[in-house]
Amino acid sequence: MRFEVTGHTAYAYTGSRAFDSSQSTIAFVHGAANDHSVWALQSRYFAHHGRNVLAVDLPGHGKSEGAPLSSVASIADWLIDALDALRIETAALVGHSLGSLAVLDAASRYPQRVDRIALLGPSVPMPVSEALLDAAKRDDHAAFEMINGWSFSPADQLGGNRQPGVWMTGNSMRLMERSRPAALYTDLAACNSYADGLNAAGKVRCPALLLIGQRDQMTLPKNARALVAALTDKRVVTIPDCGHSLMAEAPDQVLDALREFLFAAH
Amino acid sequence: MTKPKSTHFDTLTLHAGARPDPATGARATPIYQSTSFVFRDSDHAAALFNMERAGHVYSRISNPTCAVLEERISALEGGVGAIAVASGQAALHLAIVTLMGAGSHIVASRSLYGGSHNLLDFTLPRFGIETTFVDPRNLDGWRRAIRPNTRLLFGETLGNPGLEVLDVPRVASLAHEHGLPLLVDSTFTTPSLMRPFEHGADLVYHSATKFLSGHGVVIGGLLVDSGKFDWNEPNKSAGKFPTLTEPYAGFHGMVFAEESTTAAFLLRARREGIRDFGACMAPMTAFQVLQGIETLPLRMQRHVENTRKVVAFLASHRFVESVGYPELPTHPDQALAARLLPDGCGAVFSFAIRGTREQGRRFIESLRIFSHLANVGDAKSLVIHPASTTHFRVATEDLKAAGITEGTIRLSVGLEHADDLIEDLSRALHAAERS
Repeated sequence: MRFEVTGHTAYAYTGSRAFDSSQSTIAFVHGAANDHSVWALQSRYFAHHGRNVLAVDLPGHGKSEGAPLSSVASIADWLIDALDALRIETAALVGHSLGSLAVLDAASRYPQRVDRIALLGPSVPMPVSEALLDAAKRDDHAAFEMINGWSFSPADQLGGNRQPGVWMTGNSMRLMERSRPAALYTDLAACNSYADGLNAAGKVRCPALLLIGQRDQMTLPKNARALVAALTDKRVVTIPDCGHSLMAEAPDQVLDALREFLFAAH
Repeated sequence: MTKPKSTHFDTLTLHAGARPDPATGARATPIYQSTSFVFRDSDHAAALFNMERAGHVYSRISNPTCAVLEERISALEGGVGAIAVASGQAALHLAIVTLMGAGSHIVASRSLYGGSHNLLDFTLPRFGIETTFVDPRNLDGWRRAIRPNTRLLFGETLGNPGLEVLDVPRVASLAHEHGLPLLVDSTFTTPSLMRPFEHGADLVYHSATKFLSGHGVVIGGLLVDSGKFDWNEPNKSAGKFPTLTEPYAGFHGMVFAEESTTAAFLLRARREGIRDFGACMAPMTAFQVLQGIETLPLRMQRHVENTRKVVAFLASHRFVESVGYPELPTHPDQALAARLLPDGCGAVFSFAIRGTREQGRRFIESLRIFSHLANVGDAKSLVIHPASTTHFRVATEDLKAAGITEGTIRLSVGLEHADDLIEDLSRALHAAERS
């Protein structure tokens, strides 16, 4: 689905379903240099189980126009603008990595618009290594290689995908390679500079689910502890032997956790 | 943090896609000889059918043993995924029918495996898909053949049987200028000698029957997607590939290019092509291809070493008129081969004797180690006379254009000791010369 948000055309995958204003809505927010397709399985499930699904392409990503947004707060604002554009009063927000920070920030500043949040691969703060930032700033392919190397558990680096016939690291690499110049750097810089995460977490009033990969090397599980402590109404699910690419590495565990959490709302 | 190291090709040939069986601990990939897989409950069943969960339903669509092979070839080629099918021919057919329907057009190299030529020249026109064949070395010929309804450019990394080296970077670049993908048959080179995606190709397929399985025991095919081609690029590919960019009534209005940014082609190929045409690979076959791939780098190295020795022997033999191997200075593609195939030009090549058709027959029938049969890429050395076998349906003029004469003999050099192969050839050449 294409729609206008703040003067630019935005795209959101809806699971091949038309928007139904009588249904509640779940918005899925991807991470750095990714797009809506990282949520294909999970978002499609909810679209076919009584929810409106908006797996968005953030500005400057995938099929959405505009420039990539330079801060977590501006991404959070854009998410609310997107809900406004579609006349959606409240939604559950599900975010991965950078997307998890945007979802957290949106829930803290727009509590009346967000009824649940699910944070996948979160950490607060979310520091990015100098080497990765430098490579991303140069649009050096090495940045993608670093992310791929750190984003899958050691076992999943060699495959064994639950999705038949898809080579996970190859697919992840190709998706990043399709991102626009400077998109990765802008995204990583937004992660790196987001300093308000714990303060935001303390203001969140809606229920929160945290999904953490036990073998995550991009956002280390220990870096989520302060976030967990700061949230009031939270549930933490750690997926064994899983890295940072949770939706690809553990699609069923992610879906099961999301189902339990998101369906509990109604 | 230091930059993570990527896994080497040789390691991927052994491990990519596989892990010890979680149920039994079996280290080798099990042969999941089962048509179907039990659902946890009704919701799980519906979710699997509707692509909301990952997993296997029915072995025509996917199978755990085949899935390991699909990941492995994807890893070796540098692609996003693959589909294992019943044969190389099935892979070519699946690629074409996933991309186009009646009224479409293909531009293909004229130096193709006879089976591929049959499909394109005789069979597909009956279904409304036409092909223009071009000299693979003539880039202007490729360009002139492209029409508004062209949907695919297609060639072999090494032409059959003349071993024309496909200039993948230039043909891919031309294809992309016109918003078209390049499909490459990489059977003769395998990812051990060339990875076409690194040179710009968009889709690759293999007859896994040949070097990948490597022992002449199975028929199979593999179709690999690079994930690089944009099926909906404005002013380029947009509008040309409705099978991928428009809602598909056969799967709840799914738009494959929206469902997957990188693997839309594979999704359609699996959800329609394998589902409806049904040319799937058997899990036992997948197991045997996996066994072959485990030794692919070692075998290809030996294949090439032996081939270089046999080529050198034949090139200096008085009864041999010509040898067509791209590493020879007499081959028109020597420079291109040095660039694209630095580790060798495979183990299949043709040569011509200075003799009559009858002397050619005598030569083949005098061989003791080389087996006279219609295959290539076996661990055992093979020989055939293309004009009377693999290319017998091809008109004489087209044969000539493809570099095949009545005296052309094709060898597939195996893994025997090179001295024994040379001795066998020497004896047979002597017998033919005296006859």
